[in-house]
Amino acid sequence: MAAVALGRDFEFKVVRPEVCPTGIAEVDALAGGLPQGCLTEIYGPASSGRTSLMLAAMAQSTGSENVCALVDASDAFDPASAAAAGVQLERLLWVRCGGNAEHALKAADLLVQGGGFGLVVMDLADTPAIAARRISMTSWFRLRRAVEHTPTVLLVVEQQPHAKTCASLTLEMRREQVSWPGAPDAPSCARLLRGMRVHVDRRKPVPAIAASFESRW
Amino acid sequence: MFAAIHATPGDSENLLRLAQEFSPQVEKTAADTVALDADGLERIHGLPQQIAGALARRAVERGLQASVAIAANLDTAVHAARGFAGVNVIPYGDEAKYLGSLPLTLLGPTPEMQETLERWGIRRFRDLAALPELGLAERLGPEGLHLHKLARGAGDRPLVPIREPLHFEEEAELDYPLELLEPLMFVLARLLSDLRARLVSHGLATNALRLRLKLENRGEHTRTLRFPVPMLDTKAFLKLFDLDLGAHPPPSPVVKVWLEAEPAKPRAAQTGLFIPISPEPEKLELTLARLKSLVGDGNVGSPELLDTHRPGAFEMRRHGDAEMRRHGDTAMPMRAIRPPRTARVQMASGQPVHVQADGVRGHVISSAGPWRTSGDWWTHDPWARDEWDVALSDGALYRIYSERGRWFVEGSYD
Repeated sequence: MAAVALGRDFEFKVVRPEVCPTGIAEVDALAGGLPQGCLTEIYGPASSGRTSLMLAAMAQSTGSENVCALVDASDAFDPASAAAAGVQLERLLWVRCGGNAEHALKAADLLVQGGGFGLVVMDLADTPAIAARRISMTSWFRLRRAVEHTPTVLLVVEQQPHAKTCASLTLEMRREQVSWPGAPDAPSCARLLRGMRVHVDRRKPVPAIAASFESRW
Repeated sequence: MFAAIHATPGDSENLLRLAQEFSPQVEKTAADTVALDADGLERIHGLPQQIAGALARRAVERGLQASVAIAANLDTAVHAARGFAGVNVIPYGDEAKYLGSLPLTLLGPTPEMQETLERWGIRRFRDLAALPELGLAERLGPEGLHLHKLARGAGDRPLVPIREPLHFEEEAELDYPLELLEPLMFVLARLLSDLRARLVSHGLATNALRLRLKLENRGEHTRTLRFPVPMLDTKAFLKLFDLDLGAHPPPSPVVKVWLEAEPAKPRAAQTGLFIPISPEPEKLELTLARLKSLVGDGNVGSPELLDTHRPGAFEMRRHGDAEMRRHGDTAMPMRAIRPPRTARVQMASGQPVHVQADGVRGHVISSAGPWRTSGDWWTHDPWARDEWDVALSDGALYRIYSERGRWFVEGSYD
C-alpha cells in the first residue's frame, strides 16, 4: 500500500504550455496553436505558404496588442503584404540582417533575452540550406533555453528543419494547387493569380497529422 | 539672521549676483531690493556688523550705491535697508525702536488703508505700533493687524529663494589623454553616477544625455542619446554609451569630458494582470542599441508604408515612433528580393516562357499579366512597369516585371 501511495506521489505529469492561435483555424485545429516558451519550426520549399502562416501569426499576435519582432535574415519581408494580412506594423520590430544568418541568430538571441515580446520570428526561409545547416545545435539549444519559461513564442521559418530536438512543434508546408481563375486556354492577360491551397503536416509532436488551408488574396 | 540690500533701480541683476556671492538662499524682494539668509556667514566674516560691512564693501566694488541692513527677521531687514542709508544692524528685541522713525509707505499699504491711517494722523511705524492690537483688528481687519506686526518689527515671513533653472552637467578634466574606450567608460561611469544622484535628489529622471568630448587635437566630439521614456539606470546609460562610442569613436584622444542630462519627470506606469506583455522600455532601448551595433543603424525599426502606389515603398522608423495606420488594400503575401534581381526572360506570343536570374531559373508553367502600373510621373523619379505573376518549373511562384526594356524578379509568393 505504501509503495502504491509513493508511486502516486511521483506520478509523471505532462505540463502543456499555453498556446497562441496562429490566426488560421485549420492550423490551430492541427497543432493547437503556437506554444509559448517553446521553439516552433515552419519549413517547406519556396511558395509553400510559410510566409502566409508567418504573417497570420504576426497579425494575430499584434492584434492582441503584443509587440512582435521579426529577424529577417535575407531582407525578404514585404511590409505591404504584412499590412494587408492584418499585421499592425507599429507593433512590429523589424531587424534586417542583409543575408547574414549568424547576425540573425545573434539578433534573435538578443531579442529573446531582452524579453517582453509576444512573438519573435526568425525568418531563414531564403537562407541557403548549407548556411542554415552551419548553425550549431548549441545555438539552437541556447535559443530554446532562452525562450523557456517566458510567454514568448519563438517561430523559425526555414527550408529544412534544423532545430531537431529543440523544436516543440514542427510544421511542414507544401503547396497543393494554385488558383488561376479564368479558362486554362485563356490569354494570360485575362487571368489573375488568386491564391493557393496549402497542405500542412504536423511532424512534431507525433503522431503526424495533416491539414489544408486556403491562402487567398 | 537675514541681510537685505537696497540699491538704485536698474541694477537688479548686479544686486542679485552680489547677494549670490554671499549666500545660495537669495530672495528678490523688489527690483531694487534683495534679501539673503545670512545664517552661517559669521563663520566667514565674524560679527553681524562685519558681515554687513563686507556686503557694503562688495557692493561698492560692484559699483552699487547700496544700503545694507541685518536683522533677526526678514521683514525688519528689508524695511531697514529701504528706510536707512548706509550699514545698519538691528539688534534682536529692539526692532520696534529702530524702525519707529520710518514712514508707513514702506509697509506698502493699500491706498484705502493709507488714506484711513493718514486721516487718523498715523504716519510713522512707531505711531502704528503704539495702537492697541484688538482695536486695530476691529477697525482695520487682518490687513491692519499684518501692518501692525510689521511696524513692530515682528514679521515672521520665511525667505522665498530664487529657483535657478535646473542644469544637470558634470565635467572631468583628464590628467592625460585617453585613447581607449575602456578607461573613458570608467570616467563616464563616475560622471553618470554623480548625475544620477543629482537627478534623484530632485525627484527627476532624464530622457536625453549629451556627451561632449574635448579632443587632443582641439576638436570636439559630441554624441547624444535620446530615450523614449525618462530613465535613471546608470548601467543602461553606460552600456548605451559603450555601444554608441564603439560605433562612433572619437577621432583623437580625449582630454576633457562633459556630460549633460536633460531632466524629465520619471515615468509612472500602472501594470495590470490583463495588460498584454511588452518589452520594458529600458531593456528595449538596450536591446535596440545592441541590434543596431550588430546589423547597422538603418536596419532596425518599424516599417511604415508610404502614401504612394510605388511597389515596395516604405521607410524604417524608430520602433515606437511609427504612426498607427490601417491598410485596407489587398496585397499578396510576397517575399521581396532586395534589390530586384536582373533577369533574362524569353517571350513567345507576347507571353514569358522562360525566366532566368541569379537563383531563379525555370520554364513558365502558368502566368498572369501583364499588369501595367505607373506613377510619380509628376516628379523627377517616375516609374512605369509591366508586371507578371508566373509559376515556374522550379516549383515557385514569382512576380517579374519589365521596366524600360529590362526584366527583374521582384519576389516570390509564399
